[in-house]
Amino acid sequence: MKFNNIKLATIALLVSFLALNCSDDDDTGSMEPTGPNFTGIYTQEDQMGRPGINTVFVEMVDKNAFNRTIPSAQNAAFQTKFQTKLEALNPAHTDAAYTNALGFNSEQFTGVLATDVLTVSLTGTTTFFDGTNVLTGRTLADDVISVELLLIFGGPMGTDNPGLTNDNVDGNDKPFLSSFPYLASPW
Amino acid sequence: MKKLKILIGVTVIAIAGFFAIAADHIDAPAVMGGTSDIADLYAFQGENTNNIVLVATIQGLLSPGSTANAAFDENVLVEFNIDNDGDIIEDLVIQAIPRDGVMYFFGPFAPSQTGLNSSIFSSDGFNTVNITPYSTNAIIESNNEMRFFAGPRDDPFFFDFAQYSAIIDGTATSFNLPGSDTFEGTNVLSIVVELPKSMVGLGDSVNVWVESKRKQ
Repeated sequence: MKFNNIKLATIALLVSFLALNCSDDDDTGSMEPTGPNFTGIYTQEDQMGRPGINTVFVEMVDKNAFNRTIPSAQNAAFQTKFQTKLEALNPAHTDAAYTNALGFNSEQFTGVLATDVLTVSLTGTTTFFDGTNVLTGRTLADDVISVELLLIFGGPMGTDNPGLTNDNVDGNDKPFLSSFPYLASPW
Repeated sequence: MKKLKILIGVTVIAIAGFFAIAADHIDAPAVMGGTSDIADLYAFQGENTNNIVLVATIQGLLSPGSTANAAFDENVLVEFNIDNDGDIIEDLVIQAIPRDGVMYFFGPFAPSQTGLNSSIFSSDGFNTVNITPYSTNAIIESNNEMRFFAGPRDDPFFFDFAQYSAIIDGTATSFNLPGSDTFEGTNVLSIVVELPKSMVGLGDSVNVWVESKRKQ
């Protein structure tokens, strides 16, 4: 045990000596920019693409796992579970012929949602939904919750379950800025 | 008064325990209420229509009284991931991490390693912006056609979460008219980056997601 401690101390000394040597090298023409030390490995804890996906569609037991599943692997891991959840929220979706306002049935809709990335247009309007464009981005003012409620509960015409398709909070509590940084000042 | 505050606190935790709060606020047990808890992601065309704006908000549900003490965690990297060829694998990342009151930005650059583990890229240099303290005007930095902001802002998210919870809980059958914004009067830590669209992709669209990653 004691020997190990001495060995560790020796290694630590050696490492610090080598590190000093490295920074000496930097003085003689390295391209490394000066700045704080950010070395090390950073490991994922949370992620999101579209609003509310983990919150609405993932069961509590899976929520941490969903945050640590890379988006390209999410469909295989979660689409079936999302479909079960959607059909529990709106039982009409158990009928494969029943669609939402986008024309997606339960399997198709959850097939889109299970890969949790936000598609953003580089050529035109960016909006979650503005009456014309669908899922081309997300602006600060987009009423994303009501869009999602409509797609979950509203059925093919958006008219099913009328009490559940809009939370009737249509905008933010402060006006947004038209210029950078766009978000309103804090309360 | 103190008792009331505690009571409210307990209630909030109890509610959060049963119903994770949208959009991504308090979404999962491991990150709930912690310094890596992502609240929201926004991506939209900028005031200059040649630009795209990326916004990540973290550590949501800050009351005005607690906002001055809220801080970005120096061990938490916030990473915007950009897939510009449709395979849902990040081709570019923009990394943001704080140190001593300054937010450091790296990228966009092609990461040497994709997925759950990241290292901070530095050989191409970085941009910085001083983190805006609470109750002061927004500090903005511009460089290479990019703009940067980091600091507390009003949480842009709005939702009658309380009524949604009641519906899911079975104690209500519909939303109210008008609804009540559960996020009214709350703040959130925000990171805002604006950059030319040409720096993220040359096609018609990109796929974007945001990750929080903790130093091991």
